[in-house]
Amino acid sequence: MKKTIILTISLFCLVLNIKAQKIKGSDTVLPLSQEAAENYKKKNPASAVSVTGGGSGVGISALISGTTEIAQASRKIKFDEKLKIQESGNSLKEIIIAYDALSVIVNPSNKVSKLTREQLEGIFTGKITNWKEVGGEDLKIVPYSRETSSGTYEFFKESVLKNKNYKSGIMSLPATGAIIQSISQTKGAIGYVGFAYLNTKVKTINISYDKGKTYVIPNITNVKNKTYPIVRPLYYYYLTKNSNKVKGFVDYILSPEGQKIVSNVGYITLK
Amino acid sequence: MRFPMKIVERLLEGVFKMSSSITSIVILLIIIFLFKEGFGLFRSPVVENGYGLYINSKNPIADINPTQIKQIFDGEIDNWKTIGGNEESIYLFRFDEIFSIYTDEELGENYQFLPQKLNNIIAENSNIIAFFPKKYMQEISSNTKEIATKNIEITDFVLGKEWLPTTTPSPLFGIVPLVLGTLLVSFLAILIALPLGLGVAIYLSEIASNRVRGIIRPAIELLAGIPSVVYGFFGLVIIVPIVQKVGNISAGETAFTGSLILAIMALPTIISISEDAIRNTPLALRESSYALGATQWQTIYKIVIPYASSGISAAIILGIGRAIGETMAVLMVTGNGAVIPHSIFESVRTIPATIAAELGEAPIGGTHYQALFLLGCVLFLFTLILSIVSELISKKQTSKTA
Repeated sequence: MKKTIILTISLFCLVLNIKAQKIKGSDTVLPLSQEAAENYKKKNPASAVSVTGGGSGVGISALISGTTEIAQASRKIKFDEKLKIQESGNSLKEIIIAYDALSVIVNPSNKVSKLTREQLEGIFTGKITNWKEVGGEDLKIVPYSRETSSGTYEFFKESVLKNKNYKSGIMSLPATGAIIQSISQTKGAIGYVGFAYLNTKVKTINISYDKGKTYVIPNITNVKNKTYPIVRPLYYYYLTKNSNKVKGFVDYILSPEGQKIVSNVGYITLK
Repeated sequence: MRFPMKIVERLLEGVFKMSSSITSIVILLIIIFLFKEGFGLFRSPVVENGYGLYINSKNPIADINPTQIKQIFDGEIDNWKTIGGNEESIYLFRFDEIFSIYTDEELGENYQFLPQKLNNIIAENSNIIAFFPKKYMQEISSNTKEIATKNIEITDFVLGKEWLPTTTPSPLFGIVPLVLGTLLVSFLAILIALPLGLGVAIYLSEIASNRVRGIIRPAIELLAGIPSVVYGFFGLVIIVPIVQKVGNISAGETAFTGSLILAIMALPTIISISEDAIRNTPLALRESSYALGATQWQTIYKIVIPYASSGISAAIILGIGRAIGETMAVLMVTGNGAVIPHSIFESVRTIPATIAAELGEAPIGGTHYQALFLLGCVLFLFTLILSIVSELISKKQTSKTA
């Protein structure tokens, strides 16, 4: 009994003693940060890094309110979020830690293997409704989208739909896994997922951003040499006044060892 | 020894009293909080907070409604004539574009030249509609005109047919598709679950032997203990492809799929409550029926079911209540397309699924956040009405027994 009490108290003190660095934000970056934080802790047992998700917006508003040291984001910080930080008298540091490509996927039975950006825009805004309009068989197109809360949803809207709205009543699924599952079992389906999630149950589409002159398949080479168009950077944001505190971890993730974790998790490294 | 016992009793009584009053106060506070946050929506402007829409002062347009704003920024309306202006194509200008026209140096270190540049752009283009933060338009020059924007109205919310909560410049919060989706899925679920559940309840209480009952009853109770996300996963992987194949439709995520899952989930509620009601039929009534020469089946449908009818109605209503509030399973199998359903083989989006899917990223205190709370209020009203009705029905039952 005595032992347990002493153990509990000492554990409690230990918890109070460690000043944990907090990372909060995008669910896309979450697996990467988690993996990196675990390895970082192994190398530096004295420091603790706690990682939580919730979405890019959640992370940045936590940074503004001071409840996190690093905000992880799958989109660039918005102008008014930046203004809020400036108003609070702080300045912001932005670091790109990795890249992620979005792949457009269809059911493996689909004959269509390439699409232009304009065609994708038509499909996701509801102007193109049948696969025969883009060179496929006579089959209704069923577009799947992510939920509005996801950074992926916003990025696809910005990059592919040029800020137009998705067609009203588009099917939206809560997770990437659900999108792959639905597309693998629905013949006319089309959707978009992060490059890291691709598997053999779905077929990847080659994309053209120059009105059909060249079609590019998303793979590591094409993403790195920037020929594949739907690529987004993944960011860490922190306040410059916290630089010393977060430096260790940020340097770690940019180091060759940290970048190895990036490619293990399925994202594309900086170099 | 008697005296201290009394003190203990008193103490216990006090503790119970306190815990019950704390519980009621907490519930009341939750409801007040819900409504307070939700009704904030009607104090928010139609255009995103802190932003304004600006046009050239030569443009005769003075007022644009939210749906028109959405259509303009989607490129569906591309001429001012469509909304009553001059014959002139619309030039869309989003705030971010300023950074591709001018460099950061031209805009100044703290963006001090930004307002002037914005004014220039608007002055040069008579067909412009520009969307940017109000703080850069504090002194509106003679060339620029702000489009007057109203606050979001109750009718926009209650009668709106489009739910596009993250659209800029003006999000649309119309709950009609969500309410219809929720009701459709729930009532369809009850339509499927009721005959099944009632059959099982009659079988268990009237026909089954004690041994069979001892196996089936716990199995049904087990059904109630399965987490809803497991139901959802089962639905997505097993039921969705089946519905797709059997119904020969383009996508298996439909209202019908959702209601199948909900029907399975509502079964335990319906079975146990209606079984209790059926069991409560007095023995004297059954025996009189048999004495008059009625068969078992005649007794069941002429005596037992009419007697238990109010209990069965309560079971139905509680089942609907379960279905209306269900979140995770529905989120995974109905496809979540926010569109007014025309058939049961179309994707629908329910209120709980909307709240669960969107609350994570809605900025705290913003219009989207408030709209989601208001959805919570609507859901609360639904279940409140259902509880009141079921309460009334069971009261009727008690008065009949007395």
